[in-house]
Amino acid sequence: MKPELKAYADRLNKKLLAQLEEVPSSKLAKVSKIVAEELETAQVDAGEAVGLICAESIGEQGTQMTLDTFHFAGVAEMNVTMGLPRLIEILDGRKLIKTPMMEIFLKSPYNKGKDVRELARKLKATKVGDLVKEYSMNIAELKLQLTMDEDKMKTWGVTPAALSKAISKGVKAKVKMDGNVVEVKLKDDSDLSALYALRGTINEIQAAGIKGISQVLTVERGEEFLIITSGTNLKKVLELEFVDGERTTTNDLYEIAKVLGIEAARQAIINEVDRVIDAQGLSIDTRHVLLVADTMTVSGSIKGITRYGVVSEKSSVLARASFETPIKHLINATLAGERDPLNSVVENVMLNQLIPVGTGLPKLNMEKKK
Amino acid sequence: MEPTKHAIVPKHTKVSDKEKQDLLDTYGITLRELPRILIKDPGLGKLDVKEGDVVKVARTSPTAGESFFFRRVVAT
Repeated sequence: MKPELKAYADRLNKKLLAQLEEVPSSKLAKVSKIVAEELETAQVDAGEAVGLICAESIGEQGTQMTLDTFHFAGVAEMNVTMGLPRLIEILDGRKLIKTPMMEIFLKSPYNKGKDVRELARKLKATKVGDLVKEYSMNIAELKLQLTMDEDKMKTWGVTPAALSKAISKGVKAKVKMDGNVVEVKLKDDSDLSALYALRGTINEIQAAGIKGISQVLTVERGEEFLIITSGTNLKKVLELEFVDGERTTTNDLYEIAKVLGIEAARQAIINEVDRVIDAQGLSIDTRHVLLVADTMTVSGSIKGITRYGVVSEKSSVLARASFETPIKHLINATLAGERDPLNSVVENVMLNQLIPVGTGLPKLNMEKKK
Repeated sequence: MEPTKHAIVPKHTKVSDKEKQDLLDTYGITLRELPRILIKDPGLGKLDVKEGDVVKVARTSPTAGESFFFRRVVAT
């Protein structure tokens, strides 16, 4: 670091310091002084209602968004919720999202296109039912014979050994494999209806791939190839050897929180919101998005901006009651004998008192005479 | 793969008792007022923390380059 800059090390942030490094030494002292002054005046004052400004800033842009837009993730045949519905989904902290998807980055040499299609196929969850060509039921001997489709098995990379293992794991019956015919025999004292139920159970058994991944696509982005999936299973995918675990992501925030932690979830919220805004050609200052992401993750787990999420965390009864379902909150607070110290904004507005924001924040304190 | 190696997981470090006290004094707050992190959070990795400890998170910030955030470790 240049000696002129050292004096400002505490007052300026890392990004500004890095930019100032490029200023010629002769002007550095003067420029740094101006930058530091500018930064100080640009900072938010104590008592500023940042949350309100944030809500307005995101809300106004929200009105400009097109409703129900579907964006194609580079290639056809995969819908991804974008626009306002997706923004609501993220900020509400929905557990079940409309279109879960993953972006799987690959390690070298696969990211240059080697075997990408084969790897992608390996990921897709394939059920036994998808591979069966013919069923035949032997009622007298309580046997079910499945003739497998060899071509399909080859395409999805299912070996006969793996198939018989998967089936014997999934059902309580004897499994015999002969060429491409699987024979499943129930115990002699079983009911006939059990045989019919067996067929349903076997169809649903997963033969290959990763649970939850229903569709795969290979996409070329810039210099490299990646796999986009519909359906997500971050934990299982990160365990795969050919996957670049450092960049692979999903759009399911709860899954990120579970697998990578709350700080990663915060970053994911920011990335997802930014993506929606960018796709719509709008711009929201990132500080507003940062504030929302921080608010949603303070408690250590994701809380949506709803009455079940961040609002339920508020300490004031009146503040909670003023958002939604007031009677419920007031009754519960009465039963629990809650106190409201009137520390925040909404409850003071309700009681027609000065709110602790801006110039309403400073208070006069007197020291007691001893 | 270790979750801590993922690109979107910032570095978490444990804060010493002295730094913890300095932090609380600087902002004039009590430990209870800090944001929380669950003790089983995967982002903590192999960090040796217990309930009541404070974790420092070094985030990469789009506005400041790098920013530090503090979380209190809680059981639930």
